[in-house]
Amino acid sequence: MKNDTIAAISTAVANSGIGIVRISGERAIAVADKVYRSKSQKKKLVDQPSHTVHYGYIQDDNEVIDEVLVTLMRAPKSYTTEDVVEISCHGGIYSMRRVLDAVIRNGARPAEPGEFTKRAFLNGRIDLSQAEAVIDVINAKNQYALKSSLSQLKGSVYKKITELRKKILSQLAFIEAALDDPEHISLDGYAKSLEQEIKRLADQIRELINSSDNGRILKEGIQTVILGKPNAGKSSILNTLLKEERAIVTDVAGTTRDVLEETISFDGMLLNLVDTAGIRNTEDIVEKIGIGKAKEKAKQADLVIYVADSSTEVDENDREIINVLKEKKGIVLLNKSDLPQVTSEEDLKEYLGGFFPVLTVSAKEKIGFDQLKRQIYEMFYSGEINFNDEIYITNARQKAALTEAENSLERVLLSIENNMPEDFYSIDLMDAYTSLGEIIGEAVGEDLINEIFGKFCMGK
Amino acid sequence: MSKVEEFVDVVVVGAGHAGCEAALACARLGMKTVIFTVSIDSIALMPCNPNIGGSSKGHLVREVDALGGEMGKNIDKTFIQSKMLNRSKGPAVHSLRAQADKADYSRSMRRVLEQTENLMIKQMEVAELIVEDHILTGIKTISGAVYHCKAAILCMGTYLKARCIYGDVSTYTGPNGLQAANHLSDSLIRNGIQIYRYKTGTPARIAKKSIDFTKMEEQKGDETIVPFSFTTDPQSIQKEQVSCWLTYTNEKTHEIIRENIDRSPLFSGKIEGTGPRYCPSIEDKVVRFSDKARHQVFIEPEGIHTDEMYIGGMSSSLPEDVQIRMYRSVPGLEHAQIVRNAYAIEYDCIDARQLKLSLEFKEISGLFSAGQFNGSSGYEEAAAQGIIAGINAARKIKGQEPFLLDRSEAYIGVLIDDLVTKENHEPYRMMTSRAEYRLLLRQDNADLRLTKKGHEIGLIDDYRYQKLLRKEKEIEQEIHRLEKTYIGAGSRIQDFLSSLGSFGLKSSATLAELIRRPELSYDLLADIDPERPALPKEVTDQVNILIKYDGYLQRQLKQVEQFRKLEKRSIPETINYDEVPSLRIEARQKLKQYQPASIGQASRIAGVSPADVSVLLVYLEKERQRKKHE
Repeated sequence: MKNDTIAAISTAVANSGIGIVRISGERAIAVADKVYRSKSQKKKLVDQPSHTVHYGYIQDDNEVIDEVLVTLMRAPKSYTTEDVVEISCHGGIYSMRRVLDAVIRNGARPAEPGEFTKRAFLNGRIDLSQAEAVIDVINAKNQYALKSSLSQLKGSVYKKITELRKKILSQLAFIEAALDDPEHISLDGYAKSLEQEIKRLADQIRELINSSDNGRILKEGIQTVILGKPNAGKSSILNTLLKEERAIVTDVAGTTRDVLEETISFDGMLLNLVDTAGIRNTEDIVEKIGIGKAKEKAKQADLVIYVADSSTEVDENDREIINVLKEKKGIVLLNKSDLPQVTSEEDLKEYLGGFFPVLTVSAKEKIGFDQLKRQIYEMFYSGEINFNDEIYITNARQKAALTEAENSLERVLLSIENNMPEDFYSIDLMDAYTSLGEIIGEAVGEDLINEIFGKFCMGK
Repeated sequence: MSKVEEFVDVVVVGAGHAGCEAALACARLGMKTVIFTVSIDSIALMPCNPNIGGSSKGHLVREVDALGGEMGKNIDKTFIQSKMLNRSKGPAVHSLRAQADKADYSRSMRRVLEQTENLMIKQMEVAELIVEDHILTGIKTISGAVYHCKAAILCMGTYLKARCIYGDVSTYTGPNGLQAANHLSDSLIRNGIQIYRYKTGTPARIAKKSIDFTKMEEQKGDETIVPFSFTTDPQSIQKEQVSCWLTYTNEKTHEIIRENIDRSPLFSGKIEGTGPRYCPSIEDKVVRFSDKARHQVFIEPEGIHTDEMYIGGMSSSLPEDVQIRMYRSVPGLEHAQIVRNAYAIEYDCIDARQLKLSLEFKEISGLFSAGQFNGSSGYEEAAAQGIIAGINAARKIKGQEPFLLDRSEAYIGVLIDDLVTKENHEPYRMMTSRAEYRLLLRQDNADLRLTKKGHEIGLIDDYRYQKLLRKEKEIEQEIHRLEKTYIGAGSRIQDFLSSLGSFGLKSSATLAELIRRPELSYDLLADIDPERPALPKEVTDQVNILIKYDGYLQRQLKQVEQFRKLEKRSIPETINYDEVPSLRIEARQKLKQYQPASIGQASRIAGVSPADVSVLLVYLEKERQRKKHE
């Protein structure tokens, strides 16, 4: 229905190196021109013919984000029949996200799930026989969105947004109650206190927005430390995850003397994997330094993967690791499921006190790694993994909604500054409330009316 | 066996605020109309509060007037005090409220009805609907008379199977001890109409001579009275006003209530109907807001020729002895003589989601419904539905498209859309916060929004229409002039601005730019605007508002544009939701049950998600393409 300009990363978000950010709508080319810079710095996309490809850079605030190829397709000869610009990025997920970000900041709106396809259909581009398929796409994507929003319900983002909304709603209800029943409720002196509250709320929203700009999680990835007693298979696990042999793996306990760091990416997440020296009581100086570093790294980690050896007994070393683990978010891998079992999942859970998920894997046979990835994914998107209790906004739509909310609150402040009457505040407050609701998938409905009646004794 | 048999165009059942507007609209549009009432002395009765208007309700009255309705004119003739509420707030929430002389109001409306051509008043209870094959063909009265008609409008208010209750006393009467209408409910149920039970209540009336006003604060009317109707000359209604009085409950009042709460039928479960949260009984307030040390009590005259005073804020269904003690604990009411006891009233009403936006029943062609019977509350909400139902009954008979107002056009549009689309659990009251586009839906511009439509419908005469066009033009020209008139940054101007607390000009600016400054206004700039034409206040007020709040208004207009796109996508009545693939079960059920008229309306139904709306859109487009190919 909306014919505004939309944008999204339209290739699967993976570390495949190349990905496409697609923009569609009346202002697609204008938006692209705002972020695109040709090598000569003179070329304007708007002057270029349809169906041409252009080499250049995407820049944001004069900083080059990525080296790209831009494909131009003018209406009606495009997938959506609208003007379409496709930016092929080369710098991996992080730069793709930044390109999308820049595009959105310059006038595009994040696309809804399936929206390109929906537009293509509604504009008559796709024929009748494909209509059902379109509906399925919308449905599937919505279910996916629902699922990820549901998993966020448990998360800290949800909590934070709900808290912000509650505060906005309470202000709204007060204003509206006073407007509805001016003989009962006075707004004298209210603007001052509202101003303070709005400033506080706007700050908090800005923090959330910044979390996505500066989020270590996107730039640097989830700092993941692999712990385990010597020869439990930490390096094999790491290698399986890396799918190539970079760390030195031997059968002699204590081969990994220092700390190794590698980065992998899956399902849109970056994982910084740190392999450490096995923890065991040792007199070997070199190894001792390695172990100290391992403990130190673990303390700074966002996520600890503890590799236990199912072919040996739980010993002093394991207990020491469990002590380190108790302060952290962690996943326990019971490795070597290919060997005869000495320690079972149940045995381990007893030691762990039930706080951590335990997965049985075999690095040698490459068994259990899909579950491991899913576990990490869920922990991340449910907000279980976070940095020092900061909250992270992870997708462009959430960010756009937050920016909308922030703008609305800024307008409230402007109205207050301009001495506008109080009913003007509530218009922008309601917009902010609505925008924040979009993040957690909640509509306004009767919220305000209920809040008014719940909090204020109304009526004669 | 000779029974009375009559042939008319429209039958209106009930002569309250909805019925009067409905009947007048029909008759004025040339329909032979008969309006039934259980008591001809109670036409346009105000059985509860003695005022018209108030926050957002005042907007409704203005809108009814702008469409050619009667409520505004009638209160202008019969008010005894008038106040513009929220004057210090923005223009969108200014709200007019007038105290009525209740008896005068009723008598005056009755005269209008009596003097309207095509309109007959009949004191008689309607007992039955005559429906053949989902088409309404007439009604039958309790006397057995049959009125054949092409349309009927149900406006029974709170009279259907009404029961009044306080303490142990329960009488099967309508408000004010009037006869209830007990027969029609069964006929409605037989015709497949779902009935709910709602309740509301009213406070006691107390004899003026028993009240000590020295212990109360006087509440006077405005110095300059603003009329409700756009046709009323403001000069003609400036008059002496009567005062209302403000006092408070106290801890003793609350103690009396708490000690006897178990004797309240609302709390003991003797009343089952759902009551409104916005006008709670005093026992409700004391229980739910126990931390409040006192509640306001407004003492309002019921009229000039009566001694009865309405005790606003203290409606109750407590037993008589508790009522006496409770009221007498309030300062100024120590010796109060109760003329009429407070009571709660239960009545039959419908879930309005059985109606189309035109207020016609989805399942019974030619049967319309308006007012409190639709689950709303308030005289103004009733009148607003009444005029729309009346217009649409007449248009249906004439074979014209229904007249619909959407949420971006009028409070009436918000009211009706909410009633027929959303799930309501209590009598619905209008509030400004329900209107998404309230900056545009001001009470001051109701004529500019609606009078053209009223003229097209046929309820606004040419004279009034021409006057409106002139007003429109004057506003437009004056805004244009102000946008184009530059003021230099000379010292006289700088002095003038600083005298008004406004900062000086760096270079020249237009008058419009100056008006936009928070501390300035159209009126304040008269001295530096020598070219200013003499214009009526109603024009200059609009000019000031439109210039001053331009930024906000433009933003709302943009939102309205988005909103209209979805409203314009109509859903054909023939749609079979079972054939729409991929709708979620809940959405499918809701859509089947409520048959929304447009994608916009569908999106407001609880249980229909944005994904369902997308699916529906794609399906409709597919159907459209398929038809095009055929």
